[in-house]
Amino acid sequence: MKIQVNGKKVEYENELTVKELLKEEDVDMPEMVSVELNGEILAKDKFDSQLIKDGDQVEFLYFMGGGSNDGLH
Amino acid sequence: MIINLAKSSYEKLVEDAKERFPKEACGLVAGTKEEKVVEVKEVVPMTNLDDSAEHFTLDPQEQFKVAKEIRKQGYELLGNYHSHPFTPARPSAEDKKLAYNEELIYFIISLAESEPILKAFKIEEQELVSELELQIENN
Repeated sequence: MKIQVNGKKVEYENELTVKELLKEEDVDMPEMVSVELNGEILAKDKFDSQLIKDGDQVEFLYFMGGGSNDGLH
Repeated sequence: MIINLAKSSYEKLVEDAKERFPKEACGLVAGTKEEKVVEVKEVVPMTNLDDSAEHFTLDPQEQFKVAKEIRKQGYELLGNYHSHPFTPARPSAEDKKLAYNEELIYFIISLAESEPILKAFKIEEQELVSELELQIENN
């Protein structure tokens, strides 16, 4: 199947779940990633079961946050 | 690795940090990346979901939208920035803990001194911090 991942065209032999795709894309911590499938944010509890199909557009990005106060200052 | 930052982008970043003071400002940084030189082309202020002086969280929905706009411009997402309103420009324990993406450059701007101080870092394994050379260029 041919899909787009973060704007890049990629090809996989078989259908994958979102979790499997993240692994293929070298995401070490899928629990810290947000996924958008065809323009809609996907709930994390669907990563295991949601299949990616030919023509799908998938975006993923890591949670981004931080904080200045760590008690050391 | 050297990061080149246009003075106009630097000023945009400083302005954002000052405008949101005493709360933390945050945003995304985009541009081009080669083996040894990174050129910052865009600084995009983003919502701080925490609306806090001590913490920031980017809104994923807004991140997706901006990430697509960045690609349309022919740039790539280089990293993010946030301000430390009262503490130095170095990654806090929390910053390190939440640095999940080793590919990103983490810019921190401190307003703790009389003049703003901006620094850029790589963070590996949510622990190992290395400061990157940052060059502010006249436009």
